[in-house]
Amino acid sequence: MGSLRLAMMALLLGSPALAQSPTYGVGHAPTPEEIRALDISIGPTGEELPPGHGSAKEGAALFQTKGCAGCHGKAGMGAIAPALQSTKSQDVPLWERGRGTSGWMILPLTAPFATTVWDYIHRGMPLGREGSLKADEVYALTAYLLFMNKVIPEDQVLDQQSLPKVKMPMGDDYGRLPDWKHGAPRLQGYNH
Amino acid sequence: MGSKRTSRRELLKSSGALAGGLAVLSQTPASGQVPEHDHAPGMAMADSPMIKGSKELVEYGQRSHYVTSMRMAHPMGGRPSPDAFGKTFHIATPLQDSVGVITPSSLHYVATTRGAFVPDIDPKQHTLMIHGLVDRPLTFTMEDLKRLPSVTRLHFIECAGNRHNGRQKTVQESHGMTSCAEWTGVLLSTLLKECGLKSSATWFVAEGAEEVKGASSMPIAKAMDDCMVAYGMNGEPVRPQNGFPLRLMVPGFEGIFHTKWLRRIKTVDRYYMNYNDYGHLEKTPKEAALAFQIGPKSVITKPSGGQQLPGRGFYEISGLAWSGGGAIRSVEVSTDGGRKWNRAEIKETPQRMAHTRFGYPWTWDGSETEILSRCTDEIGQVQPTREQVAKYFNVPFDRSYRVPGLDNSVMPWRINKDGSVTNGLA
Repeated sequence: MGSLRLAMMALLLGSPALAQSPTYGVGHAPTPEEIRALDISIGPTGEELPPGHGSAKEGAALFQTKGCAGCHGKAGMGAIAPALQSTKSQDVPLWERGRGTSGWMILPLTAPFATTVWDYIHRGMPLGREGSLKADEVYALTAYLLFMNKVIPEDQVLDQQSLPKVKMPMGDDYGRLPDWKHGAPRLQGYNH
Repeated sequence: MGSKRTSRRELLKSSGALAGGLAVLSQTPASGQVPEHDHAPGMAMADSPMIKGSKELVEYGQRSHYVTSMRMAHPMGGRPSPDAFGKTFHIATPLQDSVGVITPSSLHYVATTRGAFVPDIDPKQHTLMIHGLVDRPLTFTMEDLKRLPSVTRLHFIECAGNRHNGRQKTVQESHGMTSCAEWTGVLLSTLLKECGLKSSATWFVAEGAEEVKGASSMPIAKAMDDCMVAYGMNGEPVRPQNGFPLRLMVPGFEGIFHTKWLRRIKTVDRYYMNYNDYGHLEKTPKEAALAFQIGPKSVITKPSGGQQLPGRGFYEISGLAWSGGGAIRSVEVSTDGGRKWNRAEIKETPQRMAHTRFGYPWTWDGSETEILSRCTDEIGQVQPTREQVAKYFNVPFDRSYRVPGLDNSVMPWRINKDGSVTNGLA
């Protein structure tokens, strides 16, 4: 009994990352720092956004120096990578105006939330050097792309608070997904 | 020892075709030569050439060099990736050569969210972190996951880009962005229960470890139903192109949801609209619903485009059927362009969200015709024709009609008088 208790104490003291899963006793609790380091998916409320700020002016300079213009074109269109700005008039309905000549949707114009734009620049750009942009730079580039598409004024500073509040032109004009249920058809009344 | 040799000789006598394989097995390392005394009299080498053994062949086998079935870049002659950088990021399975329902891992289709990036992950360093709306965030190593109760299931995966049109020549081009493998792993529900899933969680975000950290939002109801974090594929670790060392399986959902190189799951209270989610953006709820769970779909793989019937006579028409709605209940085949539909034979018991092999006995009389298949799944969803989809959406039908969401419409193959098989949509 005594030796068993001793052995258990040694086990507890000896392992800094304790097994946490209640049924099977595997896995360990990540530290808050470990969670923060990976918590990069930015939802519509922006709660995962890091501190930082940036404006369209700063973004315009970064767009050239960080290599964005090399693939997306100097004005964010007409190059090898998907267009970031529409060539069509503001009078054209958004779903039509928001499609680039290659057929791909123009992200900073048609994303329902500005957080999606920030999230993708941060996780996926620039090509080949993903994850190299600092938070300030991502805020600035997001501001530049939104300004380019006449979503925000040139002097607006984007940060943790203001970015999630940006009103995107898409508004509510997109299809919401149905509630998913086991064994239900994918679309009620469709049968295909 | 003596009796062992006798029985081997008997085997060699009974089957010349088997001899090559047995010889490879029998002469383990070093020599590289098949010992003379292993051959019964009359088994001349010239009659049945041997595959020379090697350390590599002993350790990890290889198919016959007569078998040349290969994957290919998808689509043929199309734009290779959304950013047009010329990388092969979609690779199609040679369905025309497939038998049974399992796609060999080497021939499994491949798609990545961008570019051709395949991370080289050390499984000892790889972890899966689950956090967000849970009582206990937990990080699991691969060793942790392998200690947990496992499940093994057959599941297909299909890319949303698996669309057939009149320009494609073969079933590999028209339908090759789907494959089916046996997956082994831990149910996501097991992990979420261990973390203490909060009732406020309605969605979860799954994220990979590749260069763009591909992430998708999915319903918690699906996570608790049948999602799996898979480390095994066809009896061995998941291949790097398919997510080594860990991928998410979301049975029946479009391919992109099956997050490869899975490193993180966050349970949340809303749709996160990350980039991959944005890629699913549709104008109407109806279109959105069709770009999520895959509908009932089937295709005849033999005879199919590019193949040649040597002459009139008997052929078993063979194909695959699958659905995101569950198991396949029935398959019908038409050999007269869709006028008469005949019940096909289903080979073995259909599994939920898995390719199901069907066959139909057919005697070709030498005249030009069209062969088609359509399937029904366990919840009664029926594979539609393109005309039926257009009718539902109340739009005029023409040849350029684009089926919303993943295209699960019926595929016709034309049998020409000379026995050649061509695309019926052409």
